[in-house]
Amino acid sequence: MKTTQILLAGFGGQGVLFAGKFLAYKGLVQDMQVSWLPSYGPEMRGGTANCNVILSDTPVGSPIITTPDVLIAMNLPSLQKFMDTVAPGGTIILDSTLIQARVERTDVKVCYVPATQMAKDAGFATLANMILTGKALKESACADFAGNRETLETFIPAKKANLIDANCQALQMGYDFEG
Amino acid sequence: MAVVFEKPKALTDAVLHYCPGCPHGIIHRLVAEAIDELGIQGKTIGVAPVGCAVMAYDYFACDMIEAAHGRAPAVATGIKRCRPDNIVFTYQGDGDLASIGMAETVHSAARNENITIIFVNNAIYGMTGGQMAPTSLPGQVTQTSPYGRDVKHCGWPIKVCEMLSTLEGPEYIARVAVNNVKNVKNAKKAIKKAFENQIQGKGFSLVEVVSACPTNWGMTPQKALEWVESDMLPYYPIGVYKDRSAAKEAE
Amino acid sequence: MAQRVLMKGNEAIAEAAIRAGCRHYFGYPITPQTEIAAYMAKKMPKIGGVFLQAESEIASINMVYGAAATGCRVMTSSSSPGISLKTEGLSYIAGSDIPAFVVNVQRGGPGLGGIQPSQSDYFQATKGGGHGDYRMIVLAPASVQEMASLTIKGFNLADKYLMTAMILADGTIGQMMEPISFEDAEIEHYEKPWALTGTEGKRPHNVVNSLYLQPDKLEIKNFERYERYKIVEENEPMWEEYMMEDAEYCVVAFGIASRVAKNAVVAARAEGIKVGLIRPITLWPFPTKALRKAADQVKSFISVELNMGQMIEDIRLATECRKPVTLCNRAGGMIPSPDQVLQSIRDAAKGE
Repeated sequence: MKTTQILLAGFGGQGVLFAGKFLAYKGLVQDMQVSWLPSYGPEMRGGTANCNVILSDTPVGSPIITTPDVLIAMNLPSLQKFMDTVAPGGTIILDSTLIQARVERTDVKVCYVPATQMAKDAGFATLANMILTGKALKESACADFAGNRETLETFIPAKKANLIDANCQALQMGYDFEG
Repeated sequence: MAVVFEKPKALTDAVLHYCPGCPHGIIHRLVAEAIDELGIQGKTIGVAPVGCAVMAYDYFACDMIEAAHGRAPAVATGIKRCRPDNIVFTYQGDGDLASIGMAETVHSAARNENITIIFVNNAIYGMTGGQMAPTSLPGQVTQTSPYGRDVKHCGWPIKVCEMLSTLEGPEYIARVAVNNVKNVKNAKKAIKKAFENQIQGKGFSLVEVVSACPTNWGMTPQKALEWVESDMLPYYPIGVYKDRSAAKEAE
Repeated sequence: MAQRVLMKGNEAIAEAAIRAGCRHYFGYPITPQTEIAAYMAKKMPKIGGVFLQAESEIASINMVYGAAATGCRVMTSSSSPGISLKTEGLSYIAGSDIPAFVVNVQRGGPGLGGIQPSQSDYFQATKGGGHGDYRMIVLAPASVQEMASLTIKGFNLADKYLMTAMILADGTIGQMMEPISFEDAEIEHYEKPWALTGTEGKRPHNVVNSLYLQPDKLEIKNFERYERYKIVEENEPMWEEYMMEDAEYCVVAFGIASRVAKNAVVAARAEGIKVGLIRPITLWPFPTKALRKAADQVKSFISVELNMGQMIEDIRLATECRKPVTLCNRAGGMIPSPDQVLQSIRDAAKGE
């Protein structure tokens, strides 16, 4: 029995909900039990956005995550808000281009990924979210890494299919990132 | 024996409950005659209001539904959108259409819903015993304006036809009266046209019928009809306020 | 098994409604249920249906009233403040004995309240809301799959019993995505001789109406309606029991609260506390028999709700107060954590 609770948080517009959706679809494609719960309402407009993704091989109970196994933090307020909630033994993956702070906790693994800089260097500035998600897949093994393209194809509309390559690349960059 | 006068088929045999001298009976008859002449009784669905005409569902022989106060145009919209081939009309008073139901009135007009609205304006809430209506005249004494309608305190009466005719949406907006034979005949023409427009798919047609309420005005029926002429019609002039198709033809 | 797709709860309702034969949707925008309207606006024109954004919630429920009177399957959806406005129409629909389908994706109240998930419209949904003696069938989904299945069920029940079926969901279930598979909808067909279709000169006129000025006639109407409600209460209660076989304590929760409660039940079992869960799926008719039976078995009940304690009254009524019932709640758009529920279970087990 394996259940992974992933909390993704950042500013609205950073692709937090999209990255969460990708993870949820990955679970769907791999025949897992899945829930995806976004924050909603005015706070999303320029404010903070977060989403709760649960991947499990048994039916998902509460879709609300109180102690995430994995936290993907894309800005400082999100890190500060959620870092203490991460389960002992869990993982925090943060965008170290945008967050200069260090995490003091010693009972969790912390991955500092300069995702925004890596994305910019690679020529797809908006895909820091997917770099962090690639890292999360590596660290948590919540779902098989293989098959990203197929997963993306299930929910990216045909007219935006040209973005799939870059997304796959970003995921791979995060997966391969050491640190 | 030759029949020279008979009850329209679109009316049931029920005895009307209206007060003596009330023009609702005339207006019901005009609507029923229009339905008969157009041969549409079998596919007509009527919407009754809350107000004096609340029991219109017993009087019209077509399928009928009773709406909540002011909501008749919304109910008619629901019916018409489900059954576009049926003929749908509402029959509403001034409190129903111009006060509590103003939003439904304006928006069904703006959408150019293909329905027919018969709007009976007698400048008072009749069913509840004579309170001030949105169309009560300045200075008019009612139960809730016992010193006469003070426009500084409670505002001005609403001219529904004038207001609705500023909208792009509606097809046909007309005001008629039933205070004399000539006006009754013209009212009939306007009501029939409002149904014909719907049959032809032209859209929202509203006929405001300036009527009388002898009981709550505290007048004899004869005096009430005179008051329509002397006081109501100067404020609510008879006429066609909008006729899109006619305007197009004239161009 | 049909293919699994990921869908938001709100979208699942919309898709299921279409599959249930609903071709008319009337609504007015309000958070957190707008996905239903958006889905309908996109789909309806392509399948010969009608999506119409009304000028108000009041207008939209009255459009539903008119449309339902023609015998069509029709729906509206809203969230708490909007449902308050719709209660007028709901009362007329009940008084006219016609079927309708309404969705309330609840948010915190009273007043304008907030937009986060809540269950504080339990009383409004189960006890009437509008004026007069009437009931609605109230269905409380706890998953996206149930958002769909209970929608289809709701349309069938509404037609069967000539009353409104309401989905009482909340912002969480409405906004979340889960895998869902659409089986072929089982559409039950009922004759609707009362429908307004035009007499075509072949029958006396039909009248859809709730006005009866003679009190004796109105009384008979009410008596007849409640005879029908009695059949609903007899035949239609739905609930889920979880780990109740040997339970000494019983958590009662519906909708999103039941999902949280399930986690807590599992955690409490791991601590050796014999606790189970009863999840009402129909809030009206309330699963009285299940609760009554549980009252013979357990030492106490814990009602978990996203409000100030509403369903707890029905638990006490159903069990005739034979066992204590405690409340574990959050309000205003907050959701209890599994830990909070677990603590309530521990307290119950300690007899506190």
